[in-house]
Amino acid sequence: MKKKTSLDAVWGIFPVLVFIAAWEIVGRFHLLPGRLLFPPFSAVIEEFYHLTANGVLGKNFLSSLVRVLIGLLSGSAAGIFVGVLMGWRNVAHKALNPIISLLYPIPALGWLPLLMLWIGINEMLPITIIFICSFFPVVYNTITGIKNVDRRYIQAAETLGASNMRILFKIVIPLALPNIFTGLRLEAGMSWRVLIAAEMVAIPTGIGALLIQAESLVRVDIIIVCLIVLSVMCLSFEKLFALAERKMVGKWSSHA
Amino acid sequence: MPDIQLVDVNKRICQGLCLTIHDKEIFVIVGTTGAGKTTLLNVIAGVTDYEGRVMIDGRSVDRLPPRRRGVGYLFQGLALFPHLSVSENIAFGLQVNGVDKVVAEKRISSLIEMMRIEHLQDRYPHELSGGEKKRVALARSLAPSPQILLLDEPTSSLDHQTAKYLRNELIHVLRTLGITTLYVTHDLREAEEIADRIAFMSDGRVEQVSTPRDFFFHPQSECVSEFVGMPNVLECTQSRILTSGLVEVVSGDIKMVLPYGGNGIKRVAIPPDDVYLSDIRPPGPALNRFTGTVQEIIPLQSTVRVGVSVGKTHLFAELPASAFNEISLEEGKAVHVVIKLRRLRYVES
Repeated sequence: MKKKTSLDAVWGIFPVLVFIAAWEIVGRFHLLPGRLLFPPFSAVIEEFYHLTANGVLGKNFLSSLVRVLIGLLSGSAAGIFVGVLMGWRNVAHKALNPIISLLYPIPALGWLPLLMLWIGINEMLPITIIFICSFFPVVYNTITGIKNVDRRYIQAAETLGASNMRILFKIVIPLALPNIFTGLRLEAGMSWRVLIAAEMVAIPTGIGALLIQAESLVRVDIIIVCLIVLSVMCLSFEKLFALAERKMVGKWSSHA
Repeated sequence: MPDIQLVDVNKRICQGLCLTIHDKEIFVIVGTTGAGKTTLLNVIAGVTDYEGRVMIDGRSVDRLPPRRRGVGYLFQGLALFPHLSVSENIAFGLQVNGVDKVVAEKRISSLIEMMRIEHLQDRYPHELSGGEKKRVALARSLAPSPQILLLDEPTSSLDHQTAKYLRNELIHVLRTLGITTLYVTHDLREAEEIADRIAFMSDGRVEQVSTPRDFFFHPQSECVSEFVGMPNVLECTQSRILTSGLVEVVSGDIKMVLPYGGNGIKRVAIPPDDVYLSDIRPPGPALNRFTGTVQEIIPLQSTVRVGVSVGKTHLFAELPASAFNEISLEEGKAVHVVIKLRRLRYVES
């Protein structure tokens, strides 16, 4: 494999620098109509500093982060559990698949009106939305991972004396990890997107709520700060799971 | 080590299969692709459902899951666990059977030493060569000390040298452990080298079970004859002991000296691939070397079959296509014939 050089890094960051420079010029010299609606990059950074210094950004960010973490982790854990059950036991697959097939196509935000009535507007609402958002894709990716484990590995483990539970935990689940991680990686970013939408519509705190407040005050600089935070968090969560995947299965997965 | 009995087993192509494998025997199953050889192993291992009875050491194991049958299985595809290192793969069977850690470590070390894979312990399966993978898979299947070992084409897809090396190691290991072994191959030569008895399977039926020699000289059906591949069988008119272990035989215009410890030889069978041809006189003494004439050249899939007459005796030689292309042979042209002694079969007089 070709080694990354410092030149590659420069080429990676160069387009971003050009974009920021162009943004700054357009904003500063009012090249687009409506000065207030297109602040220069420096004004956005200044506002980022203010929001951080007065704790507004930190407080809202923390609210969103906690919701994402709880919703994503519980949704993923439940998704993996149900996915393993359905992938490993045909009877569970036959019993649950019709229900899950019916519920899966409903977009996570589609549940919002129903959940607002059932749960009310409180912390549980965004957490439940994120739970739903991460649960279904993780279920399907886990089922695929479990079912795709080559039957020969299971037979080999059987002849070596392994019980069904040992085979499941020592062979099948580890071999299904690449598929499970695909689901987790996608949902890690998606959960932020869904959360922001839920906070914009129904919750008074969090980055989404800050966004909607900024919109009502025509504070484009704050909106852009929030979008940048959102972008960085989506990317960071995806990268975090990609890193975890590399750590756990990188030694062998591409050759399995 | 136990014996194995299959009584009226039905599974896929195998119908009404009956077979007995004796205690400590190396029982080789040969046959063409799709004959049911792997199915037979799967039935014994219990990794597939079947009708009929399988008995190990006189006890029915039909209701036992694979983990309770005491069978080690080297799968054709090896099925080394890709997420475990070499030593973890070997340790797997010991861990899941609850073997004491210290005992397990000793067992793993001895298997690693026996298979000469000390340098591979921390590698993952994708980092191993074909021959290394086979040795690791064999060590893994032997780790839980099975009573029976099932080997499904253990030397397939290896180059000739590696296959030969692994085969020799296998023979050594199997004889040392005295383990009842079923060995599936489609290579008759390998079967003869390793087997106590050979079974030939075709279309799910066992056509013949016999010793390697009987298998070769007394094929009991047409499909066995076809599989054996029509060797050159020479009727010996004279057989004379030269010295202890050496016999001179005469068959037509061919006089050969053969390593043989018995009294006399009535018939000699020479596999076509043990007849060496050359367009130039090969170096060395003129023993078992003749000059003949090429009668016919028949290209086969990866080999070329050449009919040669030595006086009134007709011999067939079979050589790899690459070797054939290196020498210039034409019908009617003279050719030097060398008969390799190592793999000759005899019928005593």
